[in-house]
Amino acid sequence: MAVKPKQEIKYLTAVKTEKRQKKYCRFKKMGIKYVDYKDAEFLKKFLNDQGKMLPRRITGNSLKFQRKVAQAIKKARQMALLPYVTDLLK
Amino acid sequence: MNYELMVIFTPVLSEDDYKAAQKKFVDIIKDNGGQVTHENPWGLRSLAYPIRKKTTGMYLVLEYTAPTDLNEKLKIQLNRDENVLRHMVTALDKYAVAYNNRKNFGANAESKTTEA
Repeated sequence: MAVKPKQEIKYLTAVKTEKRQKKYCRFKKMGIKYVDYKDAEFLKKFLNDQGKMLPRRITGNSLKFQRKVAQAIKKARQMALLPYVTDLLK
Repeated sequence: MNYELMVIFTPVLSEDDYKAAQKKFVDIIKDNGGQVTHENPWGLRSLAYPIRKKTTGMYLVLEYTAPTDLNEKLKIQLNRDENVLRHMVTALDKYAVAYNNRKNFGANAESKTTEA
């Protein structure tokens, strides 16, 4: 039995190799130093439809500001500016 | 230290009662050696979830500078008051103070940031 020669995979169309745009921390980029818990509309950018916080993986926040956002959201929830649980937040 | 107090009053308060309640807590801060830097009565707002079976509340935001022992006294008064649904005191860092100043007085208030 002869060993099969290694075959290279060939595609009919060129494989897409476009680079995804790198995520960035919007606080660092915009120079925002303080995350205000009173601004519920702004904090909603970091929540999903059920009112859960989005992970850093998705928002791209740096750790420092993810922490601050988390604190602000929790404060806003306490003061009934944001819901703890909901459907169709946006 | 700089602090920020947010209070939610019951929505059944009349306009005068709301003013009176507002004055009451401003006076408590002043009497105990604090200084109110900004008052921001938001008025009636709907709550994100019901508190004590009420779906709206009267919000009040006070920014003040005060000695550290004031907050305990203030807390006693807030807990004692039946009109208060909920309250929260936040300690403000220097960025927060700058942010509030910019919001309250416009961009030209950078010099006012470091009082007290």
